[in-house]
Amino acid sequence: MTDISLHHGISAHRIGAMILRYWYLLLSSWPRLLELLYWPALQVITWGFIQYYIAQNASFFARAGGTLIGAVILWDILFRGQLGFSISFLEEMWARNLGNLMMSPLKPIEFLLSLMVMSLIRLAIGIIPMTLLALFLFHFNVYALGLPLIAFFCNLIFTSWSVGIFVSGLVLRNGLGAESIVWTLMFVIMPLACIYYPVSVLPIWLQYVAWTLPPTYVFEGMRALLIENTFRTDLMLDALAINSVLLVASFGAFLALLRSAKKHGSLLSAGE
Amino acid sequence: MTENDKASSRPTVAESSSPAAITVDHLVKVYKQTRAVDDISFSLPRGSITGLLGGNGAGKTTTIAMIMGLVLPTSGRVQVLGHRMPEDSAAVLGRMNFESPYVDMPMRLTVRQNLTVFGKLYAVKNLAGRIKELADDLDLADFLDRANGKLSAGQKTRVALAKALINQPELLLLDEPTASLDPDTADWVRAHLERYRKENSATILLASHNMLEVERLCDRVIIMKRGRIEDDDTPEAIMARYNRTTLEEVFLDVARGRVNGAKEAVR
Repeated sequence: MTDISLHHGISAHRIGAMILRYWYLLLSSWPRLLELLYWPALQVITWGFIQYYIAQNASFFARAGGTLIGAVILWDILFRGQLGFSISFLEEMWARNLGNLMMSPLKPIEFLLSLMVMSLIRLAIGIIPMTLLALFLFHFNVYALGLPLIAFFCNLIFTSWSVGIFVSGLVLRNGLGAESIVWTLMFVIMPLACIYYPVSVLPIWLQYVAWTLPPTYVFEGMRALLIENTFRTDLMLDALAINSVLLVASFGAFLALLRSAKKHGSLLSAGE
Repeated sequence: MTENDKASSRPTVAESSSPAAITVDHLVKVYKQTRAVDDISFSLPRGSITGLLGGNGAGKTTTIAMIMGLVLPTSGRVQVLGHRMPEDSAAVLGRMNFESPYVDMPMRLTVRQNLTVFGKLYAVKNLAGRIKELADDLDLADFLDRANGKLSAGQKTRVALAKALINQPELLLLDEPTASLDPDTADWVRAHLERYRKENSATILLASHNMLEVERLCDRVIIMKRGRIEDDDTPEAIMARYNRTTLEEVFLDVARGRVNGAKEAVR
């Protein structure tokens, strides 16, 4: 894999080859497919019943129908988007295939783009059944959100890719000893992104931190839409601006970590 | 030949006018306090097959990794097929390939799927035809649709070799290509490499602990010890210089520090 990522153009052919590689892998393993489906389904069923229960006992939630279940679906887009990206990357580490890829004409940007496409494919496999379950079991139609759903989705997936790119760089540099970061980093964001409660619940100083995270804008936007029937374009644009910075920064960090891995010889011993 | 004699006779990147396949110029790699590769220089002409010999920790793998661009040198330069590595690797990675025990082919994918993916990465034309050709040449046809993880060690090595040859590379870097193979399979792999080199005028750099393999395949041998080049010549010349009949004996002389004695005996 060359360091010169942008100088000689991006090859759709090579990106397609990598997507094909992950597609073959997905089809070869039913546990991998099942894992994509069952956890989102469990999430939506659990939170759907919680929503149903408290809506019967609290007038606010009766009015703000769907905020919890909507939050669960959007959180899963964020979390599953990152996992979908990172697991495909980890598959290369587990398979000890990274050296083959690094020595091929594949460029880092093409590798990352293929991981992004795979995160969308894996997300679709997990999230679409989840949304259908929410519709049929709890009468919550996430697609009724309409165009705002696209804005929510794009901002969440961009954040998930930024996190995915960054942690992949960390694993590349530090080996599989850093694998646990892949599974846990998004949970650091969870309390600050205000998924289930408004930002105003946080102490003032923590609110400043929360507003540096694009998902905070998305979840505030979702509540504004479901409770006040208002689509906050300003929130989505702010999130998009921060996401742009995060994506560029994470790509820069990935290249720096790749270079550091080459400097320290970590690519030859990509184990623990 | 002493280290100084050889250093003066080796070409530098600046001096070399021939289109060498690989030119290594005063290459150094330091990991913390360890000098894994210590100021080595050599140049491999196109179409040659060279063996890189040395014990564990001699610096062979690090040298090959720097040639491939997987490890950045601390200092010195590497040119591959006329391009600087790793700065200009985009220009050459499609024209070279490698096989190493440090990497595997994805286990869950079938042999055909793996070759298809790598063929597409290398933009191989008529990929189905190329896979069939390799399957015939390397005797893969019986297990083309079997998962790589379910193959024997010998079959996996042949698949790894097929991947290394998928793009018909001008330069092939091989790190222990016959390690853990039974003698029959190892001999079979060597025969194929010889044939490939002849038919394609390819350049091969081969790191190995197997002295018979190096004697049989290589027209030049570079012996490394503690990151430095201990000797660099044809197998015959090296054996004559050490007054030995096999490279294995030479290897033991070098490894056990009997180098000077052996050379003195010849002088």
